[in-house]
Amino acid sequence: MANATDTVAAAPMPRAASRWNQRKLAPWLFLAPGLFMFAVYVLWPIVQSISLSFYDWNGLYNRDGEFTGRFIGLQNYRELGTDPAFEVSLWNNLKWLVLYMLALPIGLFLSIFLNQTVRGIRLYKSLFFFPFVISQVVVGLIFAWFYAPNFGLFYLLTEWITGDGTAILADPDLVTYGIIAAGLWPQIAYVMILYLTGLNNVAPDQIEAARLDGAKGWKMLWYVVLPQLRPATFIAVIVTVIGALRSFDLVSIMTSGGPFGSSRVLSFYMYEMALGEIGLRMGYGAAIAVVLFAIMMIFISGFIWKMWRDETQR
Amino acid sequence: MFPRPIQQSSTGAQWLYSIALPVALLLWLFPLLGVALTSLRPASDLAQGNYFGMPSGIAWENYIYIFTETPIGQYMVNSLWVTIPTVIGAVSLSLMTGFALAVYGFRANILVFFMFVAGNFVPFQILMVPVRDMTLQLGMYDTWYGLALFHIAFQTGFCTLFMRNFIKALPFELIEAARVEGVTEWRIFWYIVLPLMRPAIAALSVLVFTFIWNDFFWATVLTQGVDSQPITAGLSSLNGQWIAQWHLVSAGSILAALPPVAMFFLMQKHFIAGLTLGAVK
Repeated sequence: MANATDTVAAAPMPRAASRWNQRKLAPWLFLAPGLFMFAVYVLWPIVQSISLSFYDWNGLYNRDGEFTGRFIGLQNYRELGTDPAFEVSLWNNLKWLVLYMLALPIGLFLSIFLNQTVRGIRLYKSLFFFPFVISQVVVGLIFAWFYAPNFGLFYLLTEWITGDGTAILADPDLVTYGIIAAGLWPQIAYVMILYLTGLNNVAPDQIEAARLDGAKGWKMLWYVVLPQLRPATFIAVIVTVIGALRSFDLVSIMTSGGPFGSSRVLSFYMYEMALGEIGLRMGYGAAIAVVLFAIMMIFISGFIWKMWRDETQR
Repeated sequence: MFPRPIQQSSTGAQWLYSIALPVALLLWLFPLLGVALTSLRPASDLAQGNYFGMPSGIAWENYIYIFTETPIGQYMVNSLWVTIPTVIGAVSLSLMTGFALAVYGFRANILVFFMFVAGNFVPFQILMVPVRDMTLQLGMYDTWYGLALFHIAFQTGFCTLFMRNFIKALPFELIEAARVEGVTEWRIFWYIVLPLMRPAIAALSVLVFTFIWNDFFWATVLTQGVDSQPITAGLSSLNGQWIAQWHLVSAGSILAALPPVAMFFLMQKHFIAGLTLGAVK
């Protein structure tokens, strides 16, 4: 890198021309390594996955190293339409998306609760943020323990209230909600920290002015504070949607999609199809991934659109 | 300030708040505390059904057991082997891409920038089959560098967004002045911009460390054995062997959680600065 730009500068060209060339070339030289890696590991695989979704392939190559997949057109997608496991996964993804949004009001509430200046509050904020820092694998294990039949705290609690303990991870109707609750724990912590930062930057004069006008409580929150928290809310929505659609770790750790496949989500079902015990159906797995990608694309485009608007307004 | 500072409220409310704080925290961290306590409970207590009563003793031997009888130490070393190169790689690459996108007004600038940002949100599953296949073909399956290379590439997306916005906020006159003096572009990057990037580098390093340490999906897709599996995947397979031995599962969980937690407490300010990027105007 250093050599490349230095040579351009040292070339026996007229000074102004070399300068101009340098400024034309420099960004691409700076971009080259990052762009190359990103293209190889992110952009190109997306294209490959989309094309793979039209094939039937078990992931193997023949002895000569040739691809053994068979082109089957839209067959994989047609199969998705009649696959009950896919339908379950799609519904569960929807549940994740909707219920994950609870992280916003709860996170906001917590941040308001903690936005005080009493002794030790910094430590309190850090400790409340804790769940986000630890791995989802650990969160999954912690909640599996919490829900464990016979001795888990949740089980004991339900037993105490209703007289009959609920083993939530073994119940096909409740299992997804149990996993979502586990996922909400770190997600709320993340949203909370976003709102705490936002609250820190709310203009104090506007709050005081509103207070003089007699605004307080809910009205103050809704009409004065929330509009100023819009950037925080926007980021919170984005990270929560991504978090909901990336729900692989918890499902894999807590239930492996069970019982009877009732807690599957698209990300986990795709993995099961392509690499799991069910079999090496790479093409079918790729088709599931494309559906997930399409769902995510709706949100990505929204995000990019807003960023583009912000950038061009400047 | 919102809400109204508690100091302006009645003594009763202040008193209530000072009680509500620790109670809320206790409830919030209840599952975690339970696991931490279980990790120090002797196996015999659990066998007798003594899950929440007074433990008969503090069982450090649970930790000794998982270190001596299981490869958990190896898993943690493996995690470091993936995490540290990824931090160095992703931060270095994104310093350059971020610089290019923040300083030069070439035509494709915004397009390249949005591509990095969008790539960052893509679901992992759409990359899974091709990336795994490519890693296998290159003979890097089940190695720390196979995993680290992917992570470097993927994290470059998020890091570029961060670096670019950070450099944009620097005073552009510095660069202009250097150009007038005839300083080459590479030297501007190295001697003028880079020294100002320390807070950004610190923030991204902690964040990327935590993200990669906690990664589970790619660890399962790209590694397999004890020799290269990171702690998350390792803990998951140990969990399969330790059915219902909750004192061991708990001890393993606490160990796996420790490094990112330590990182967070040591570098709290940078960590929050990185995560809340864009949350304020």
